[in-house]
Amino acid sequence: MKRINTEILVIGGGATGTGIAWDAALRGFAVALVERRDLTHGTTGRYHGLLHSGGRYVVKDPQSAVECIQENRTLRHTHAHCIEETGGLFVVTPEDEGDFPDLFVQGCAETGVPCNEISVAAALRREPLLNPRISRVFEVPDGSADSFLATHATAQAARQAGARILTYHAVTGLLVTGGDGDKRVVGARVMDAVSGEEIHIHAAMVINATGAWAGRITGMVGIPISVIPGKGTMVAMNHRLVNTVINRCKMPADGDIIVPVHTVAVIGTTDERVADPENLRIEPWEVQLMLDEGEKLVPGISRARVVRAWAGVRPLYQEDYTGDSRDATRKFALLDHQRGHGVAGLITITGGKWTTFRLMAEKTVDLAVDYLGERQPCRTASTQVPGAEQGHYWLGHRLHEIEEEHLQGELICECELVTRTMIENAAKRNPTVTLDDIRRDVRLGMGPCQGGFCTYRAVGILHELARQAEGAGPTEEETKEGTERDAAWEVAYLQSPRHNLSADERPARDEAGLQPNLLLRDFLQERWKGVTPILWGRQLKQERLDELIYLNLMNADHLPQTGEKSPLTDFYLYDATPNEQTEAPA
Amino acid sequence: MHTTSWHSVGPSLDECIKCNICTSYCPVSAVTDLFPGPKYSGPQAQRFRESGQPDTPDQAVDYCSGCRVCNEVCPTGVKIAELNARARAQIAKEKGIPLRNRLLGRNELMGRIGHYAPRLANFGLHNAVSRFLAEKVMGIARQAPLPYWSTDGSFGAWFKRTQKERLHARQKVVYFHGCATMYYEPFIGKAAVAVLEHNGYEVIVPPQNCCGLPMLSNGEFAAAEGYHQRNVNSMAGLARGGYPIVGTSTSCTLTLKEEAPELLDMHSPDVTALKMGVWDIFEWLRELHEEGKLRTDFRPINLKLPYHAPCQYRAHRVGKPALEIMALIPELEIPESHARCCGIAGTYGYKTEKYQIGMDVGEELFQFVREQGDDVTMTACDSETCRWQLEHGTDLPSRHPIEVLAAAYGLYDLETRELTSQSNSM
Repeated sequence: MKRINTEILVIGGGATGTGIAWDAALRGFAVALVERRDLTHGTTGRYHGLLHSGGRYVVKDPQSAVECIQENRTLRHTHAHCIEETGGLFVVTPEDEGDFPDLFVQGCAETGVPCNEISVAAALRREPLLNPRISRVFEVPDGSADSFLATHATAQAARQAGARILTYHAVTGLLVTGGDGDKRVVGARVMDAVSGEEIHIHAAMVINATGAWAGRITGMVGIPISVIPGKGTMVAMNHRLVNTVINRCKMPADGDIIVPVHTVAVIGTTDERVADPENLRIEPWEVQLMLDEGEKLVPGISRARVVRAWAGVRPLYQEDYTGDSRDATRKFALLDHQRGHGVAGLITITGGKWTTFRLMAEKTVDLAVDYLGERQPCRTASTQVPGAEQGHYWLGHRLHEIEEEHLQGELICECELVTRTMIENAAKRNPTVTLDDIRRDVRLGMGPCQGGFCTYRAVGILHELARQAEGAGPTEEETKEGTERDAAWEVAYLQSPRHNLSADERPARDEAGLQPNLLLRDFLQERWKGVTPILWGRQLKQERLDELIYLNLMNADHLPQTGEKSPLTDFYLYDATPNEQTEAPA
Repeated sequence: MHTTSWHSVGPSLDECIKCNICTSYCPVSAVTDLFPGPKYSGPQAQRFRESGQPDTPDQAVDYCSGCRVCNEVCPTGVKIAELNARARAQIAKEKGIPLRNRLLGRNELMGRIGHYAPRLANFGLHNAVSRFLAEKVMGIARQAPLPYWSTDGSFGAWFKRTQKERLHARQKVVYFHGCATMYYEPFIGKAAVAVLEHNGYEVIVPPQNCCGLPMLSNGEFAAAEGYHQRNVNSMAGLARGGYPIVGTSTSCTLTLKEEAPELLDMHSPDVTALKMGVWDIFEWLRELHEEGKLRTDFRPINLKLPYHAPCQYRAHRVGKPALEIMALIPELEIPESHARCCGIAGTYGYKTEKYQIGMDVGEELFQFVREQGDDVTMTACDSETCRWQLEHGTDLPSRHPIEVLAAAYGLYDLETRELTSQSNSM
């Protein structure tokens, strides 16, 4: 059993957890972060990608709106390369009557969200596919964000400030001293999901940043907290359709936003209370609802090609709240369990939204400081994460870089323009246990064919890396170097073809245990899970071709395999159990 | 911009299932790395394009020749060539259009200017000094097969001059001659009129201007829109009146039928009326033949005539009607080329940076002609620029099938490209 001592242990590798690790490390604390899967595997990596201006909340939740516009401005600076300045429009459709638009304008003024009414004609010039029957349009500073890249860049910044980030490390229990009345959490028992090794991490403060899973951690020390897992289903359209974030100007409801993010347009979302945050099954009515609602913003959108559907679970915290999850507050909840439940050494942060993750982290570390003592002040609002110097994301940057560097012949994933060296470097520079990890790093398999072509090529590369890695086990010296090198990883540039012209020359030792054939089937299973709910029309044609490639051309069903499972094999299986609620709410 | 219609070019990218069949057939990417292929530049790159980006994401799309092999082989119906044409227009809009492309786009204007003094114009254009200068100053390849102005007057002048000799009949057909017939090759128009009249049709030649295709190919969409609208104004009424509008240039007829409305998102009732009324001349003659109305009083032509169907026929989706009709001519042997493209692709092969690509693409066709043996003395193709390229690549004269048909009727001399006395006495 390994033992690690640190000051702050963060549980959860989503936006909030990595934000906390970054903030605390910058303030001078020794920090370790554990995440049971890959960074962003939970809710962060399953959101629609909207960088809120706050407009969505000005009427319903003004406090959230104030936080959003403040953080919107901050993240544009600190995480510039993860954000595309799309701008946003709030449009009043024929179905949105009443005085909401006036309340909206008033709310924007009161909360400081910049809002500018433009003519319908101007809006249609900007977005020709927009419903021409809209009556009013307001322009706000919405944007779209890459939550994978942003979290990796934040984690990178945290590493550079000295934090240890341990992915595929699951908390199996909390280390506790004292009995009733003076219970204190002093760390956590952690299991390395790859090697099976148990690690005890001792810390002066444990921060539970597990979002929708927060109750599971506090439950380990008998603290019941009510986090409602609110499942949101989204569909991604095959191409952008709109280049501006489009919101319905009405009380927030299902399917009222379309977000252009990277090469797709995402219609979001539903909001369903579910019992289990791992329950990500998508019901047909949810997909139908997204398309029906999307139709009101962009007529014809339901006939365009859908590439995929997926769901994430929001962590909605409300004390003693039992109502509809849509009506639960979007404000975040910071729980001091010493004051609240008499258990020292444990803080829970939950609720909130991606746009405010940095603020949530700041407030959380502020609370920890109350117990651990003052160090340096918070610097995350003014410190850029690595890669931010590239400036804002723009849609054509990959296409442009591929052409400038003549990399057309190097493409592995043709849909999303991922080169061979991008994949090699992602595998070497970022912990890789599944192909899905590489997908989050470089967008492998996220385009129209959903991995139908590129998976085989990527697995070929992993086979090569695994072969090179055989017998290249780390020496003690190398392990130490490895830790230092972790801090220098340029994960912030993983998505740029130009920054990955040559493959990393370090020995491929981390890839020794990879089983590429298992990963191949895992990944295609994971992609299939997201295609199943939208299997009609053009995506059905695509899947038919993908199926022929899988079964006939590659005969992948009969690849040699060892019979083992990856840590995520079971997770990727298609869950046929129906949800409690299988009908659309009336 | 022209992206407002769900049923037009833009959304067709959603049909792509990434199969790469287009890439494996593309004649351009087969000979140069400068063009990454139809799937790459078409449905794939389109997902990364948006107006007003900090930098033009890809210039390589300019190397698409627009031959439409990709459209033909695509199993799911992506309008790849049109996606590429629009992407070029977007680049042109953002970066401006070079003078060379403006000139190549205005072959009607060039034709008109030159035809006032054709000998002088021919000398002015076709001498080593000016070709050298055109290459250095404008980027028009010095070896490329530019046409010669007709020294015999324009087709329009001939048609007016011979008005009294023209057939007047109850059955009428409208003829769209196009710029090349007007100024460079009036004999094509004469052959067409002779064939139509021989079959008992009166030929109407309404006022018309360039179909706009050269401008569409060079990304000048706004100018092309004006040209197309004027043609619509002039001919929509005739189309509505039920007169078939036939053309001898496969590219002009394609533009009127499909390319202009689609690329420019022009869908007015008049545009649609014209679109529905236009025929490739052989498409129409074949229809006539199927109804048993085509005269088949052909004289034998003892000739081995390699035939290349131009790329535009693919987009017409009418098969190879010229081949079917020429097959009716006794003793005429027609080896059919299956080459993908001659390489000229309208104005593509004239550009210095693309000349060699065009020749390399065409090699498949030139090779085919050479393989037919030494007894081959001429070739045939429906499209003017393709014929010029064929002549350039094989050193053999090339003829339009309508000339062959007119010759078979005994109305035309294939060697001298003149109407025979028999036709004049008609």
